[in-house]
Amino acid sequence: MTASLSAPPPALELVDATRVFTRRRGLFKTAGKAVRAVDGVSLTIRAGETLGLVGESGSGKSTLGRLALRLVEPTSGRLLVDGRDVTGVSKAEMQAMRRDIQMVFQDPYGSLDPRVTIGQSIAEPLKVHGLWDGDGPQKVAGVMSLVGLDPSHADRYPHQFSGGQRQRIGIARALTLDPKILVLDEPVSALDVSIQAQIINLLQRIQRERGLSYLFIAHDLAVVRHVSHRIAVMYFGKVVEMAERDNLYRRPLHPYTVSLLAAVPIADVRMRNRRRTSVTMGEIGSATNVPPGCRFHPRCYRARLVAATGGVPTERSGDALLPRACLIDQPELRSCGGTDRVACHFPETPETRSEVATAVLQDIGYPPIRPIPL
Amino acid sequence: MPNHPMPNLHPVAPAAPIAPATAPRPVALELRDLTTVFPGDDGPVTVIDGVSLAVRAGGTLAVVGESGSGKSMTFLSALGLVATPGRVRRGEVRIDGTDILHQPPERLRRLRGAVISMIFQDPLTALNPVFTIGEQIVEVLRAHQRIGRAAARARAIDLLARVQIPDPVRRVDDYPHQLSGGQRQRVLIAMAIALSPRILIADEPTTALDVTVQAQILDLLADLQAETGMALVLITHDLGLVAKYADDVAVMYAGRLVETGSMEEVFTRPRHPYTRALFRSIPRLDGPVDEELPAIEGQPPNVARLPPGCAFEPRCTVGRGRADCCTRRPLPLAGDRSGHRSACFHEDLPDRKEAAR
Repeated sequence: MTASLSAPPPALELVDATRVFTRRRGLFKTAGKAVRAVDGVSLTIRAGETLGLVGESGSGKSTLGRLALRLVEPTSGRLLVDGRDVTGVSKAEMQAMRRDIQMVFQDPYGSLDPRVTIGQSIAEPLKVHGLWDGDGPQKVAGVMSLVGLDPSHADRYPHQFSGGQRQRIGIARALTLDPKILVLDEPVSALDVSIQAQIINLLQRIQRERGLSYLFIAHDLAVVRHVSHRIAVMYFGKVVEMAERDNLYRRPLHPYTVSLLAAVPIADVRMRNRRRTSVTMGEIGSATNVPPGCRFHPRCYRARLVAATGGVPTERSGDALLPRACLIDQPELRSCGGTDRVACHFPETPETRSEVATAVLQDIGYPPIRPIPL
Repeated sequence: MPNHPMPNLHPVAPAAPIAPATAPRPVALELRDLTTVFPGDDGPVTVIDGVSLAVRAGGTLAVVGESGSGKSMTFLSALGLVATPGRVRRGEVRIDGTDILHQPPERLRRLRGAVISMIFQDPLTALNPVFTIGEQIVEVLRAHQRIGRAAARARAIDLLARVQIPDPVRRVDDYPHQLSGGQRQRVLIAMAIALSPRILIADEPTTALDVTVQAQILDLLADLQAETGMALVLITHDLGLVAKYADDVAVMYAGRLVETGSMEEVFTRPRHPYTRALFRSIPRLDGPVDEELPAIEGQPPNVARLPPGCAFEPRCTVGRGRADCCTRRPLPLAGDRSGHRSACFHEDLPDRKEAAR
């Protein structure tokens, strides 16, 4: 995907978006520690494009998805839909804007009212927006067919459907208003593998037919690779890498991206002998206690390697010797040649790639490994 | 945030051979023809249908299948933990050659934990929120062993260190909510291995966790196995984990086994059309991206209304509409001397979906 010269405005744009949550604690509800769930994120999604958003739980990816619909209000920053700034618009105007941007949730059961037939659930957005008219039932039948549901099942209840079918209902409901953008928050994570592929194919077909833009939030890097044109990697509220799909998997720049790729178990017999592929230590930790400097430094293999190699000012942090820069300076998202951007003092560029990253890339098939013969 | 040691900088160094090249180790757990039924509107529903499996000491058996395929229910049945009104209708569960299924409940309770133990998917619901993790581990120890409080507490701290909880002397007094998801799962593992069981059943132990933590938890289980010779049953839907950690694989569909064999055999030469379709349908980090995924069409069947023949037949791109034998009665597992077995008559026939690609 390359932008054409006379590029139309992006379908969706976030500029320096930040959301701070303050937990009130204790008897007197005094302000607790603030959590910057999304911290100065800028990104764009072009028309017809899928932007994948990956990161561990606690990275802020779901909050970012909700910011895009203003289901969560930004503390600062701007939100543009189709080039129009909708950051400060009234609730009523925002409601109208939501015709263009809809959300699909991970758990279709949790987002469907068990006492309402699925036909009514799918029709509800039309009614809320005052668009229910004589064509309503036909529109409902139309989107049901589009997502592979039998329109004659409109009078059934959610419990009468399987998990995969319920996710089709969730997608149908998001499509009723003919939106331009879908925010998909882990849309296939709760589904069985045999059903995941059906839903992924469905989403891709709808995108091709209707020119929709997707913000696809997921933790499964193989799924994200399959559906995305570009991918943003989040860590503790910040985008740490933003890259074209093939680049992210072949030339990952951020040590955190390398660590995520290293952790993906690959369904291949070759993996049997490669047991030790986890290169990141420990867990993401609490968002109330974000480390200073680069927020990834306590878990970063690369920082330790760079410090051990010498040539940069270092400092001791607990048991580890780390480059001083990683402990003190927060790296900005910047280009290191090409369109891809990374927020790291010592990115894994092809010229400086560590043996760890090289090994991980070999493991995940770059250079490509033989597929399983079937 | 705890400080971390240097990372392992040689991730591709092959792991030490898991099994010594000697005679195969003894079977630790064997299920024979295990069958479990639940009452249904139209008579009993068979949710587990004649499952026979074996795990060797020190070995790892992965059980894969979709939700509702019976993979968890098989091992709940084996441990005598099927909730009423369900019941095991027939079969045997043999540990060291003795059938444990027909033991008195008190004896079975003592076997659970001490000889065979199970960890579940959701660590938050499996821990009691009003007791510290130390108290919960001590309770497990004291329920099975004659051990004083102080000694049990010391042992609890050892166990927490064993599962790599940082600063175990302090964390032993933490409540479950003070721990992260990965740490809670480690505590459950600590409780499960407290009595040094010979068999550990891990039911989707990392499904609720991030991939980075998942690898750490499973490496930990593999280390424990290498040290103690514990047999591990890994119930999972993640074929990547199977490739990385399993010696043997059992594939379940609609309460029945459809394929069993060594991991290498099943991954390089999958036989049953369901197994083959499953492999095709997962997106891979090194797979093609600009084409549709070869999905398995249709829905998994309702076990209360299974067709008379092969349960996969309605979704099968090999046998569907091809032969009566698929629709007449379910097929037993059959195979060669390598131990690779599958429940299909037509595994040598071309797959129409494969041919179309």
